Amino acid sequence: MNSQTLAIHGATCQHCVKTIEKALGAVAGVREVHVDLQQQSVTVDGNADRGALRAALEDAGYAAEDDEPDAPPPPPDSPPPPDSPPTADRPDDQDLSLSVTGAHCASCVRTIEGALHGVPGVREASMNLANHTARVRGSARPDDLVRAVQNAGYDAAPVRDPARAEDDREQQERQLYRKLVRQTSVALAVGLPIMLWGWFGGTMTVQAGTASQWGWGAVSVITFLMLAFPGRHFFVGAWKAFRHHNANMDTLIAVGTGAAWGYSTLVVIAPNLLPEMARHVYFEASPMIIGLVNLGLALELRARGKTGAAVKRLLNLGAKTARRLDDDGENDVPVEEIRVDDRLRVRPGETIAVDGEVLEGDSEVDESMLTGEPMPVVKSAGDTVAAGTLNGSGTLVYRATRVGADTALARIIDLVKKAQGAKPPIGRLADTVAGVFVPTILLIAVATALIWYNVGPQPVAAYMVVASVTVLIIACPCALGLATPMSVMVAVGKAAESGILIRQDAALQTAAELDTVVLDKTGTITEGRPSVTRVTAADGQDQDTVLRLAASLEAGSEHPLARAILDAAEQRGLKTATVSDFRAVNGKGVSARLDGTLLRLGNRRWLEQEGLAVGLEDAARQLSEEAATPLFLARDDTVIGVLGVADRIKADAAEAIARLRDRDIQVVMITGDIQATADAIARQAGVDRVLAEVLPEDKAREVEKLQNQGRKVAMVGDGINDAPALAQADVGFAIGTGTDVAIESASITLMSGSLHGVADAMAISRATLRNIKQNLFGAFIYNSLGVPVAAGLLYPFTGWLLSPVIAGAAMSLSSVTVVSNANRLRFFKPRGHHGPRAQTGDHS
Amino acid sequence: MSLLINVTGLALMALIVWWFWLSSKGRPAKRASGGAIDIVVEDGVYEPSVIEADAGETLTLRFDRRDPSPCAEQVVFHKLDVSRTLPVGEKTTVTLTPKTPGTYRFTCQMQMYQGTLIVH
Repeated sequence: MNSQTLAIHGATCQHCVKTIEKALGAVAGVREVHVDLQQQSVTVDGNADRGALRAALEDAGYAAEDDEPDAPPPPPDSPPPPDSPPTADRPDDQDLSLSVTGAHCASCVRTIEGALHGVPGVREASMNLANHTARVRGSARPDDLVRAVQNAGYDAAPVRDPARAEDDREQQERQLYRKLVRQTSVALAVGLPIMLWGWFGGTMTVQAGTASQWGWGAVSVITFLMLAFPGRHFFVGAWKAFRHHNANMDTLIAVGTGAAWGYSTLVVIAPNLLPEMARHVYFEASPMIIGLVNLGLALELRARGKTGAAVKRLLNLGAKTARRLDDDGENDVPVEEIRVDDRLRVRPGETIAVDGEVLEGDSEVDESMLTGEPMPVVKSAGDTVAAGTLNGSGTLVYRATRVGADTALARIIDLVKKAQGAKPPIGRLADTVAGVFVPTILLIAVATALIWYNVGPQPVAAYMVVASVTVLIIACPCALGLATPMSVMVAVGKAAESGILIRQDAALQTAAELDTVVLDKTGTITEGRPSVTRVTAADGQDQDTVLRLAASLEAGSEHPLARAILDAAEQRGLKTATVSDFRAVNGKGVSARLDGTLLRLGNRRWLEQEGLAVGLEDAARQLSEEAATPLFLARDDTVIGVLGVADRIKADAAEAIARLRDRDIQVVMITGDIQATADAIARQAGVDRVLAEVLPEDKAREVEKLQNQGRKVAMVGDGINDAPALAQADVGFAIGTGTDVAIESASITLMSGSLHGVADAMAISRATLRNIKQNLFGAFIYNSLGVPVAAGLLYPFTGWLLSPVIAGAAMSLSSVTVVSNANRLRFFKPRGHHGPRAQTGDHS
Repeated sequence: MSLLINVTGLALMALIVWWFWLSSKGRPAKRASGGAIDIVVEDGVYEPSVIEADAGETLTLRFDRRDPSPCAEQVVFHKLDVSRTLPVGEKTTVTLTPKTPGTYRFTCQMQMYQGTLIVH
């Protein structure tokens, strides 16, 4: 046994060590591997072949240029050799991002950068460990870059601008569409004349040894060309599927058209094999079917393009550039180059580029494209702004807090895309049927042929072919397979436009079946923060004075109650005065001096303890009934007024709850408040039932209790404190206030704070379910009527037998119908709520 | 003649049943072994269409969609609640860790593309 040492290159972290140990450990004869990162060398014990070791190192991506360890290792981030030839197929200086997986330490970064620099054509490569993205500038091909990263022991995939990827997709679909239209026209141009010839009394039979045999022979060759060119993709697909023991739509079309052509050609070549009555040719069938099915595919492609409109609209919201405030002034930079903590300026009418926090400026921002809330939101220093929203008439300077894939917009797009592939349970039956559909149709086609053979009239051979070909062609697995996914895709996009994000597969369906909605009180029914609900002045005083003095007193305080009073004063345009000797008495109130007078604001007990006669009993009682907390204001020794402060219910909460109750949905309010306060809010909101004094951790249990009574329960909460209850409910709604909402926390997220979202979501869900049912019903009925009629079930009674060409048209239409019906959902409007403005993508 | 045709027809039906449903063992399976598995999406089939893996193993599947027709646009793993949109001409990575042994189908939305994930 001996030991040998080899030089390595680019190994910088424990991940690399493991990769090398694994690679060399697999070489025959290796007993032990020791990697020395410091020396960039590896010592191998055992009697392995040096060449094999070097090869293994090369495969792992760590081979040094020079075998010997004493040669100084080139720095991992060495620039590429100057003579690296630029690759011709990519223009110079393209920007490319790679998403890299497996990099865990800072030194991996250097390895990856080194590996990327090693690819010919790379001018610049930088790896960002935080978002696992490597950015490469130069002319290298993405495939080569991915391979280089893989060879270095990591994995990578090219990342592309989603908006551009969407454009590419459309481009490809347009190409495919044109190709299908071309194939359709060629096939129909051949099929139609033959069909018309038959219709207008031309002979479709073959007489042996006559000119008709030669003529039909030529037609046979021409129609074969139709199978070989416009119909080629059916045959290739069918054959490939067959080899995999699969059968698909291609199988049906290929076997059907192939059989029609084969039989007709047999008639032409050897008419004598068949009885005279059976010497009929069906050359029109194959080109007509190929033409019609291709036409159907083209129409379907068109219709499908619209189903993705919602995602496209979201993609288009993103800004392309942003104005960054650098040390040397303001620069317009591509949005990809913005990093967290960059300072950005957004001018009037511009789109906000990334998520951030406002540093200076005041403006109104239109967030409707994300939240569905039509009213613009006022933003000033300290507020958050979201990428994709539209700045109003002011200028804002903000600090980037989330960029790239982390912005709310990016996460929403991601979520919507994922949800569009969701499978609600209603589609399961169709899935099961679709899985066995095609082989079953093949069996039915053969059985049809046998039945016609045994009990059919003469000429049996012709009837056998026509009936079984028609069965193969009319059967449409696509309609069945498309029924659910198309509707889901449109519905999820539709919901996203209204600020409703559906995350969980089943939620789309379950939301239609709910009969109980549990609403958390704080932040769901109410605003979630205190505000002044009423100001009552004592005799001889006026409200404005009371409010102005209270606000002056609280001006220096950070307390939420102080905020509420200051906001109320500001709304009435009252100016606060400066006070001195401010003092806060914990849990009781505050006092300060203003121009020599002593002002005190606090609860009744405190003021009474201070020796004041408080009075104002009626006003205080009224406030208690409204679930507001009374705060009394005293000037020197006189109480001059009382302010009611409460967590007010949202402006549209009662209306939204009424909408739910109109649908016979029981609305339950759940809260930790004492019964009296809870009842007061419940009266204002108009809920059916109140569950008060419920500890936060018991909310989930209350939801479970309702479920045990056989109810389908939705829980609506803020998604943070209510997470267990949201998870317990059949559908959990997280209700947001603007774009900050934790969208991953519930099965459905309402981006706007309005409870109308719950009713809207349920309305969309019901409409979707109805649409899916129509589609499934249509697809099942179509197939279960079409196939028997095609097989000739009606023939004994009425003499009807479908032509394969009609079958081809019917089959094309059926899948187009399903897609079009799903598209109808785009025009659905949740009832009773003057919903969000339709937004278009032209802000960027 | 009559008997021959009937027998041929019945044999053909038996063949269909056998080929499409019973003989799935004959399909070439790809065994997961740590690295990523590339699956080509073209002409109506996933290639390879049968993937084998051990329960609890993290699988990385890279779908290389070459078929621009919209049928191929999504891959859906039934029972695993995973679905992904596949852009044409790109490799889309799907990472799965199936925990329960069993047979999981993965298909396109319309179920024309069909594949099987066998978890041991």
